[in-house]
Amino acid sequence: MRKYIVRRLIISVITVWLIATSCFFLLRTLPGNPFQTTSLLSAEMVDRMMHYYGLDRPLWDQYVTYMQNLLRGNFGYSLKYAGQSVNGIIASTFPISAQLGLQAYFLSIPLGFLFGIVAARCRGKAVDYGLVGFSVLGVSVPVFILAAMLQYVFAIRLKWLPVAQWKSFQHTILPTVTLAFSSIAGRTRSMRTFMLEIVNEDYIKTAKAKGLSKYRVVWSHQIRNAVIPMIPTMGMEIVGMLMGSFVVEQIFAIPGIGNQFVTSIQNLDYTMTLGLTVFFGVFVVAANFIVDIVYGIVDPRIRVR
Amino acid sequence: MSVAEERMSGTEKGAGKGMSPVSAEDFVPVPEGERDTDVIVRPSVSYWRDALRRITHDKVAMVSLGFIAVIVLLAVFAPVFGRYNYETNNLMATNVKPCGEHWFGTDTLGRDLWARVWVGARVSLVVGLFGAIVPQVIGIVVGGIAGYFGGWVDMVIMRIIDVGVCIPELIYITLIMLYLGSGPLPLVLAMAMVGWMGSARMIRGRIMQFKSREFVLASKTLGGSPFHLIFRSIFPNILGQQVVSLTAAIPGAIFMEAYLSFIGLGIQSPLTSWGQLSQVGASNYRLHPYQLFIPGILISLTILALYLFGNSLRDALDPHLRD
Amino acid sequence: MEHLLEVKDLQVSFDTYAGEVQAVRGVSFYLDQGETLAVVGESGCGKSVSVQTVMGIVPMPPARIKGGSILYGGEELSGKTDAQMEQYRGNEMAMIFQDSMTSLNPTMRVGRQLMEGILRHQRVSREEAKQRVLKMLGRVGIPNPENAFRRYPHTMSGGQRQRAMIAMALCCNPKILFADEPTTALDVTIQAQILELIGGLQEQFHMGVILITHDLGVVAKMADRINVMYAGRIVEAGTADQIFYHPSHPYTLGLLGAMPNLIQERKGELYNIPGAPPDLFAPPPGCAFAGRCKYCMGVCEKQDAPEFVTGDGHVSRCWLLDERGRQYRPEGFGGSAGAEGRRSDE
Repeated sequence: MRKYIVRRLIISVITVWLIATSCFFLLRTLPGNPFQTTSLLSAEMVDRMMHYYGLDRPLWDQYVTYMQNLLRGNFGYSLKYAGQSVNGIIASTFPISAQLGLQAYFLSIPLGFLFGIVAARCRGKAVDYGLVGFSVLGVSVPVFILAAMLQYVFAIRLKWLPVAQWKSFQHTILPTVTLAFSSIAGRTRSMRTFMLEIVNEDYIKTAKAKGLSKYRVVWSHQIRNAVIPMIPTMGMEIVGMLMGSFVVEQIFAIPGIGNQFVTSIQNLDYTMTLGLTVFFGVFVVAANFIVDIVYGIVDPRIRVR
Repeated sequence: MSVAEERMSGTEKGAGKGMSPVSAEDFVPVPEGERDTDVIVRPSVSYWRDALRRITHDKVAMVSLGFIAVIVLLAVFAPVFGRYNYETNNLMATNVKPCGEHWFGTDTLGRDLWARVWVGARVSLVVGLFGAIVPQVIGIVVGGIAGYFGGWVDMVIMRIIDVGVCIPELIYITLIMLYLGSGPLPLVLAMAMVGWMGSARMIRGRIMQFKSREFVLASKTLGGSPFHLIFRSIFPNILGQQVVSLTAAIPGAIFMEAYLSFIGLGIQSPLTSWGQLSQVGASNYRLHPYQLFIPGILISLTILALYLFGNSLRDALDPHLRD
Repeated sequence: MEHLLEVKDLQVSFDTYAGEVQAVRGVSFYLDQGETLAVVGESGCGKSVSVQTVMGIVPMPPARIKGGSILYGGEELSGKTDAQMEQYRGNEMAMIFQDSMTSLNPTMRVGRQLMEGILRHQRVSREEAKQRVLKMLGRVGIPNPENAFRRYPHTMSGGQRQRAMIAMALCCNPKILFADEPTTALDVTIQAQILELIGGLQEQFHMGVILITHDLGVVAKMADRINVMYAGRIVEAGTADQIFYHPSHPYTLGLLGAMPNLIQERKGELYNIPGAPPDLFAPPPGCAFAGRCKYCMGVCEKQDAPEFVTGDGHVSRCWLLDERGRQYRPEGFGGSAGAEGRRSDE
């Protein structure tokens, strides 16, 4: 087990390095440069800017410098916002997205599992149809429509909650619900499917044949085995949520990291985009790493390998 | 006694109690050739025919399919027969609410939304279809190679994918957009670049799963060529699941188009799509809600219909539920 | 005399998309303490469904008991709720399944799976339950019970797993053991060991065993009595000797003919029964076997045969046993010592 973890750790580090490298070269080969988007600058000014940021040096040279900085945890400076470091921007935007993401995640996990279990247990009854209907709707409505509808109903018509912005807990409710909605719907659906698949497994019959009560069979045999295949997606999901949803952040005017990411791409702000990508990559790799370990713990069949 | 009655009484009680007495002439052996064997043996129904029978008997699937057909027909014909061109500005009639003249109203530039919505539908549906097919095809080829050959080929491909999926989708999409500009084709390419990795992983998984199954081993021991193995032994078994994944991918691709256009990386005015219409609509929906809700509801309903149809298709094709 | 278990005219159907499947169509049998009843038949003939119905572990829906009664020690089980049945399952009657790989929960340690049943039915502490499990594992011949207790099912060999399954079934001293093809998934050498184990434990525990199988070799070794099932019905029932030496149904003849035999000299090809069993969506009006039967008569296609008694406890559903079918019987056919067939309902 320890050997396995060490091996996985090494692979993870290599993966992060590969992400940083490939993105570095991909972004540097883009046509255009960040300073040309504003026509106010003269050609001479652009050259000076390029020189200032080291963009006129050979690509290899730039790469080595970038990697050296990265190893020290320094993501460099934004090309768009003068004097602002990428680290600083991450530090100011990430906590907001993370709060939103965590709230949504911890809203969606229990509800999704609960709905899925209830639907599977009440298969074919009105409750099941209701929950399936909800889950189908949840995955069919684009998030911007949902956000707009929630704003329209709860903020504009009923005036219960603020329309947008990020100031108090009240401000976080609508974006949290919006972000969690499709995830709850999706989890309800997959939990229900896995529960129903497992009902037909032989070991459920064995458990019943032992005379275990219905609740024991469901709890210690059915639910446990139904949760296992959902673990990988749960890992990716938390990364997605922590990194912020651009759409949700934009509609609710939240100064989060997702918003920042899209803006940096639109501005061709290389260092910013690259820094955020590497940051994002580290999270994905870490999540995969954790998921693998957790998976090995809950599913003994994986552990042998 | 009619056959039907006989069957009923036969099922009711095990023995022949209460039946009409049989006569002596019944006790004559029936020659081999004259046996009524058809009644006995259940007619074998082929997999695809069985699936077709199921899906046509599924009300939800048929209603969904009907809805999709209506949307497709409107997308094809509505812009042709409409009174307005989707690009023509009319600054005399901006932000008109839906009425007899403009069925879906007009936008801030006075363009007729009925025309724009159906032109947008064309773009969204085409991008959705190809955005689902192209990555699947690439995924099947790459995943098939990895799964079949295994070893270092598999190792290399899977590591590339491992790294590839960690890079945010928006990076690929931005790259494509910057090189090729915006429009339906770059969108499909962008989706292919993002989507092939997932389907390659899935295909590889399925092939690995089948590779160790007895019937494939049997084919191998009989000297089946790799081609034979992949196309005759493995492929028919994953084809059903593949059709299901494809149907599930179409709404996903429509979603993706909507999302990208909403961010401003997809379709751009004057060309339009449901995502682009939503983006414009979202920016001033507090004043003119219909500009957001009409395309929004159409996206939602179309995805819903595709999704429900996909579900029914999966049920119809899933051999485990076959009985 | 009251039997330990008596099933009368049990009918079970499955409601599927395509319609009703009549899996069990009027099955009656009984079991006494200490004896072994074998239920023989090809796959899909309803043998597993009928015993799983007795245990109450057939999923309902889609399954449905259409009629009949299940008497356990004189008590009617067929109307009992799931919660009431839990008292019987695992405690009074237990079951071992065919595939120990899929029948054990892959994510739970073997020991815990065994303890569950004891903790459910007996008022003992966890420690006490553990001691009993260890003892039981030892009794079924698992060499290192402490070790097996902590293992996950997939890390054990097929034979060890099946032993653990048997230990699980027996840990509450049930009066009836249903063994649903307990050796099918095992190597031939292990098969014999497992059968021996079941036989030995049966004597120690004085259980009634119902052995479901399609392997006549297994039956010859273990069974006191045999029920031959075909298409949801018992077509022939009798003691092992009666069935093996005086088969009175063409299907039984076919099964016996299809069994390889080392002692007899080879007479030619191994016999196989042509065709496939009928579709239970719409069972044929006549004898279900008629279409595959060498001796099929006109009456067989028209009406199913009643039960004919051909010896003490030996019954068969075949028209050949009717007076009028006598001339068409093959040699040696017709029950113990060639006794004359008599309709059981006359």
